[in-house]
Amino acid sequence: MRYIPMTEQDREAMLASMGLASVEELFGDIPEHLRTAGALDLPPALSEAELIRHMKALAKKNTNLEDTVSFMGGGVYDHLVPAIIKHLISRGEFLTAYTPYQAEISQGVLQSIFEYQTLIAELTGMEAANASMYDGATVLAEAALMACNATRRDEVVLPANLHPEWKEVCELYLRNQNVAIKYVPYLEEAGTIDFAALQSLDPKSLACVVVQQPNFFGLVEDVEPISEFIHGGGGLLVMAVDPISLGLLKSPGEYGADIVVGDGQSLGNTMNFGGPSLGFFATTEKLVRRMPGRIVGETVDADGRRGFVLTLQTREQHIRREKATSNICSNQALNALAAAIYLAVLGRQGFREVAYQCLQKTAYLRRRLAESTPFKERFTAPAFREFVVTGQVDWEEANRKLLAEGFLGGLPLKRFGMPDAALFAVTEARTKQEIDRLVELLGGMSR
Amino acid sequence: MKNKTGVPLLFEISSPGRRGYRLPELDVPEVPVEELIPSKHLREQEPELPELSEVEVVRHFTQLSRLNHGVDVDFYPLGSCTMKYNPRVNEDVASLPGFAAIHPYQPEETVQGALELMYLLGKYLAEISGLHSATLQPAAGAHGELTGLWIMKAYHEANGEGHRNEIIIPDSAHGTNPASAMMANYKVVQVPSDERGGVDVNALRQLVGPNTAGLMLTNPNTLGLFDENICTIAEIVHNAGGLLYYDGANANALLGIVKPGHTGFDIVHYNLHKTFSTPHGGGGPGAGPIVVSEKLAPFLPWPVVDRQGSRYVLKRPEKSIGRVRSFYGNFLVLVKAYAYIRSHGPEGLRQVSEAAVINANYLMHNLKDLYYLPYDRHCKHEFVLSGKWQKDKYGVRTLDIAKRLLDYGVHAPTVYFPLNVEEAIMIEPTETETKETLDRFIAAMRQIAAEAETDPENLRSAPHFTPVRRLDEARAARQPVLRWTKEAR
Repeated sequence: MRYIPMTEQDREAMLASMGLASVEELFGDIPEHLRTAGALDLPPALSEAELIRHMKALAKKNTNLEDTVSFMGGGVYDHLVPAIIKHLISRGEFLTAYTPYQAEISQGVLQSIFEYQTLIAELTGMEAANASMYDGATVLAEAALMACNATRRDEVVLPANLHPEWKEVCELYLRNQNVAIKYVPYLEEAGTIDFAALQSLDPKSLACVVVQQPNFFGLVEDVEPISEFIHGGGGLLVMAVDPISLGLLKSPGEYGADIVVGDGQSLGNTMNFGGPSLGFFATTEKLVRRMPGRIVGETVDADGRRGFVLTLQTREQHIRREKATSNICSNQALNALAAAIYLAVLGRQGFREVAYQCLQKTAYLRRRLAESTPFKERFTAPAFREFVVTGQVDWEEANRKLLAEGFLGGLPLKRFGMPDAALFAVTEARTKQEIDRLVELLGGMSR
Repeated sequence: MKNKTGVPLLFEISSPGRRGYRLPELDVPEVPVEELIPSKHLREQEPELPELSEVEVVRHFTQLSRLNHGVDVDFYPLGSCTMKYNPRVNEDVASLPGFAAIHPYQPEETVQGALELMYLLGKYLAEISGLHSATLQPAAGAHGELTGLWIMKAYHEANGEGHRNEIIIPDSAHGTNPASAMMANYKVVQVPSDERGGVDVNALRQLVGPNTAGLMLTNPNTLGLFDENICTIAEIVHNAGGLLYYDGANANALLGIVKPGHTGFDIVHYNLHKTFSTPHGGGGPGAGPIVVSEKLAPFLPWPVVDRQGSRYVLKRPEKSIGRVRSFYGNFLVLVKAYAYIRSHGPEGLRQVSEAAVINANYLMHNLKDLYYLPYDRHCKHEFVLSGKWQKDKYGVRTLDIAKRLLDYGVHAPTVYFPLNVEEAIMIEPTETETKETLDRFIAAMRQIAAEAETDPENLRSAPHFTPVRRLDEARAARQPVLRWTKEAR
């Protein structure tokens, strides 16, 4: 077998050295009737060349977005990914390592996580971050649970304009912990949270209010009054943020957020059909011991030199078992490494420029659609990199036509109960020419 | 302050004005930012990101990588983690644009290859586990456990038995089992091990009852031992109205040899990053698909992939518990696991388990005279020694033995786990190691045992040849420094 170096001679020698006649003896404690009769019903083994041919054939059945121009977002975005990222994260010392349990031979992973934690803390304006978790939806659910534990309350406010899949994930996690969810509606015109509706709730009974920034519709929320409202009642402000937007938008730290989460796909990770990406998680010093997930800390070795270790492990499942802050074990370390490399190579200016270009190019498409097509923008609040368009058109059918022209259009919101609407995203990867062509194609489609 | 290895932090080598990546020039007409977003929403304090050239970033992370151990570097016998070789061709195929550059909301007809792969992987895992239907959504093993427990809960509730609030877990279980039970709001009931290392069947009989929701079990268990009483255990739990959950962390022992579903398990998770060789990336991404019996299939998270004629479609199972994460799971990890299964075929997978079990027994056989072996019987893919002889006689602890192993260029085994073995040393060699590597490890362990007698201080102060020496974990926890700050330097 390709990856099993044991030769027939090795096998015989090893078995003989143990006084065994056959490998069967090693399985002798398994009752005969439990043993699988015959071979597994699986296709026969492929050689490397055959495997590559087969996998290429499967991949070819998918329309890839290297050859198609994407205006689709809704949580996963076609941003530029610097070439160095895939080379660096493919280094075997990173790629083939487990969780850094033996710190002395894991300084590479540990220091890179320490740097990642710092970068996330800087982006979010928070005091501490963990080493990453699964994705944006699950970190939000964990954040809401943490808020409940920290406040000893069991009611959570989610905004109706939160990503619909994140809502579903939160519902599953919270329902099973007997936490009640209250949805606060969004303003029909603006598309942002209806603050008056929020104010009708008693903040003293709420563990937290969640704000997604920008929200699912791509709109910028006015967070300041929400922060004052929830803190006035002793609850926590949880923000779910798009990391790219933090190149321009006020940081959660500046708003006084207590827990900040988000999906880090935009930070140097390819789209991957939605996974793997990473969930980032940041909080205040005060709450850090309630944070789920791995955390790396700085320390010194026996000679007094700087080094890094997994720390505050008494929060974790392998020590605390059923008293842990979460059950998480594996996280998304390699994706977090990609995010750290991304932020390092973009740097201070480059990162701000990505956000700036997203904003400008999105604004350009908004203007062009308004000028040249009958489509209307659905909401009036400021948009960052995404916005909702409505019009008398079957958006799924429109997307089929766009695909024929080499474009992946906006996300039809029919599946989320808005049949007239589509959510368009424009990243820095799009060009003026592509935007103009999209406008031209859409102009010919409205009924 | 610099460490001996001379890799300063990113922030310490930053130089104002330096850039590492150039964006294309902005080609659309610009509008002042404040006209698009009111200034009250704009950031006042800029994030302290480093300013570096591309070559500096490449060297920084390359230098960091050289401080790290991986399967690619040398032996990694970390018990229960199945650190086998990760085939590089699987990385290549997973990075094809047809897999890596597709959006989760593309129309179904434009992702038929991705859906086909997921459909087939689900079928293969069902065949390997002897169960009915799979979800590929869980992002890791612990996430699979939680998903399985939510399914268990939904099933009992659908039967009007929502009062079942207890999960039974052996004392040898992985920490994720009780933590997952807690996340699903179950009460954890611990069942002790018997003198052969398996579940104490008599104790189990006393523990089950009308509140039993289910039992979580790893088989072979964390001692690397197959629980011979599995049929009795299943009968006891099922008769009490509970379900059996299989923690697949140790599935590398039984591929094509035993199907967990045929031994009474109702729900099985697989760690694709263990058994099916997808690289663990220094902590993740993993993937923890679960496979369930027919009666539990309606409760699976949605969406699942189904085939309608020649088309693959996403659909929602009738009584679905909902979504456990966004989209469809760690898809690229699924691609690599699929490629691994296709590379091995049925015969290959069986040989994986046979070789893994031979290797583990070979190591055990050659070490048990010098290290205490609490359960002296054939093991499966891993085994657990105890450092108690060294501790009692020479005051050398398992931690010291583990740290000294690092000086030999290999990763240490899992230590101090399972909890029911004092000074535990849990060793899993996997099938991808040569006999020469195993012999080298045996020699190292034997030399360390000798050194415990002749020079115990050298063990207590180990490691000596690693990039840093033993690190002060207590200090890290007592005075947490969790990030770099501008002010602190």
